[in-house]
Amino acid sequence: MQVNQQVSEHSDAIDLMVNMGPQHPSTHGVFRLVIWVDGERIVRVEPHIGYLHRGSEKICESEQYNQIVTLFDRLDYVGNLNNELAFCLAVEKLTETIVPERAEYIRVILCELNRIASHMLFYGVYGLDAGATTPMLYGFRERERVQELFESVTGARMMHNYIRIGGVKEDVPEDFEKNVKKLLDDLKKGVDECDQLLSQNEMFLARTKGVGVISGEEALDYGVTGPSLRASGVIEDVRVTDPYSIYERFDFGIPVGSIGDCWDRYFVRVEEMRESIKIVEQALSQLPEGEISAKVRRIIRPPAGDVFVRTESPRGDLGVYIVSDGSDKPYRVKVRPPSFANLQALETMLKDTYIADAVLVLGSIDIIMGEVDR
Amino acid sequence: MEIDQNSPNIHIPRLEGFTGAEKPLGAGYEPGKGNNPADSVLNRVLPNALTAKSDELFALARKSSLWTLSFGLACCAIEMISAHASHHDLDRFGVVTWPSPRQADVMIVAGTVVKKMADPIKLLYEQMPDPKWVIAMGSCATNGGPYYKSYSVVMGVDHLIPVDVYVPGCPPRPEALIYGVMQLQEKIQKDATQSFDKGSSDKNDEEQ
Amino acid sequence: MLPNLSTKGRQIKMTRNSNISSKSEAETSTVAEALDQKGSNLLKNLKSAFAEFPEMVFSVSLGMVVLKSGPGKLQDVCELLKTGEQFLFNYLSCITVVDYEEQEEVFEVVYHLVSIDYHHKIAIKVSLPSSNPVVPSVLNIWKSADWFEREAHDLFGIQFDGRKNLAPLLLYEGFDGYPGRKSFPFHEYEEW
Repeated sequence: MQVNQQVSEHSDAIDLMVNMGPQHPSTHGVFRLVIWVDGERIVRVEPHIGYLHRGSEKICESEQYNQIVTLFDRLDYVGNLNNELAFCLAVEKLTETIVPERAEYIRVILCELNRIASHMLFYGVYGLDAGATTPMLYGFRERERVQELFESVTGARMMHNYIRIGGVKEDVPEDFEKNVKKLLDDLKKGVDECDQLLSQNEMFLARTKGVGVISGEEALDYGVTGPSLRASGVIEDVRVTDPYSIYERFDFGIPVGSIGDCWDRYFVRVEEMRESIKIVEQALSQLPEGEISAKVRRIIRPPAGDVFVRTESPRGDLGVYIVSDGSDKPYRVKVRPPSFANLQALETMLKDTYIADAVLVLGSIDIIMGEVDR
Repeated sequence: MEIDQNSPNIHIPRLEGFTGAEKPLGAGYEPGKGNNPADSVLNRVLPNALTAKSDELFALARKSSLWTLSFGLACCAIEMISAHASHHDLDRFGVVTWPSPRQADVMIVAGTVVKKMADPIKLLYEQMPDPKWVIAMGSCATNGGPYYKSYSVVMGVDHLIPVDVYVPGCPPRPEALIYGVMQLQEKIQKDATQSFDKGSSDKNDEEQ
Repeated sequence: MLPNLSTKGRQIKMTRNSNISSKSEAETSTVAEALDQKGSNLLKNLKSAFAEFPEMVFSVSLGMVVLKSGPGKLQDVCELLKTGEQFLFNYLSCITVVDYEEQEEVFEVVYHLVSIDYHHKIAIKVSLPSSNPVVPSVLNIWKSADWFEREAHDLFGIQFDGRKNLAPLLLYEGFDGYPGRKSFPFHEYEEW
């Protein structure tokens, strides 16, 4: 796509256009950012997306409800179980299915572990953006532990296809509780280790403190949600303010930042990992016996109508809007991706910063292009 | 000339005074069967030297240090990064991700190829210097995968660039990617000794 | 959160291609049943605030209040919802376009709004004629509408009045047709 030159406001010179193209080591997927710089200072920014637009929403209209779960897996490809949960909640609300207790608890345990895995990926990749190569290996080591547990439960490391409409696919293995307890012990040590390695490091602080500041009202106006919004001081978490599933039974805190700079956005996620560990501990102690899925037909035909469900994915407010016409295929499925709206705020965050900060600010929003482009 | 057997220097003796030669030099050579290294001149004077064709040596060097262009497009990129991390280490194969295409050998296309991204992919492939290889990772890069016949997806990256190794899976496990890299290493080694003349005596040609 | 329904539930006829949008639940008895306390307060406040807009239609769909409006009044409605003291819908969650071209020859644009302070949500549905789908842009009210409107223009061809820069967002330049619409030949794929 053609991008135009522009004359600088300070002199007669033309601003230099730097293209952080779709292939770049730190654009977190295929994202093109065109930056106009005046010396080192960023003057204007133009993001280009669409390099991963696969037409998922249109494909959903020609697939049955059971088959769509696999498509949702691949939207936010780091927090897969949270996406599946959002879709299944929407269809269950539409068909008024009651999910059995054991399935709800298993869903919450796996989704929170997925949140920890997603934040570990953010931690690793953000350290790499800042120039440190060790955090990446630490983060991925913890992530491998979680993925090992997922493999024992769901059969796959990444695209699980485990949370189904009405419950979950099959029961957890016998040593599930023992494995999760051991995993939690390892994760507690791991999170502390990762925190100690990077959070108070002088160079990291110098690079991220005060960079990419955005205020709470402006972030909300842009539709930013999730840890990026909480870092700016707004207390908003869908699990608490609009609870879904069984989240109201657990006692956990919401980490909230104060300034809204990159360090706040990073540290909110580290603290969220600790809160997720607490939720998993509580859920594991309350895990009841029982059925793992409600009795649903094989081919689901929800009644005609539409439904909108909001859930809290590791990136923010993931919304699913389904319009059904009574047949076995949905009429329209719309996904409201959190990274899509978070990315709109990038232009504001990059005002009056240097070009070296562009990478860090982009990394701190934690976008996944699979859900931005769908 | 007195030869001092205890000196550490390697001295090349003259041809007449050479002892221990039952057959004349070069008698072990039979056409079509390859040089017998035990009878070669070099082995008698430098007994621990390795001889090989230069093509094979270059192939050994190239396959042992494959620098991949970091080109993760979608979900398969996460498994590719996992393969580079410490649990399934790709660094022990000599594989390092390198951001610039001008210094990379292999392009691992990990993820769905979308029509909007086709031009950048071609540009990147052309920017890589020879010799270069392509690994298509995942079912999206192989033939479109779960997005088969979607309006904006290219059905596989081989519509755009030539592919050497296909790694199936959605996403393939890191072990599968490592196996794919090992297959590419074998391919590099075999391709080095392949000759295309008619009636060639090369073993590989006879197998085909 | 699942709505608080009795075991009998609501009887809805399940037929193919039946009346698609939920236009039928305007009776007061089902309204009280399907909304919780917070929601019914919201509905009361809305009805009193919008008394001077007689063409607003309120309905309830699975525990959420739905407001139907025409495209002309959309800006005023949104201003009132954002700044009104009982409402304060300061977060625009999503803009969706649903294509009803075959059945009713309309495109329906759905806005989902959430209030962070009062923790309630609402949906606004605007019907546009499919031959000329023009709707005023809400970019001056919520900045998050920017990319959602560009995406709607890209995939469905909806024109948004009062804003510039409707450059293609998700599709490449020169893409022929609007892939979101039902009339797009999705199953005929052209080899690249």
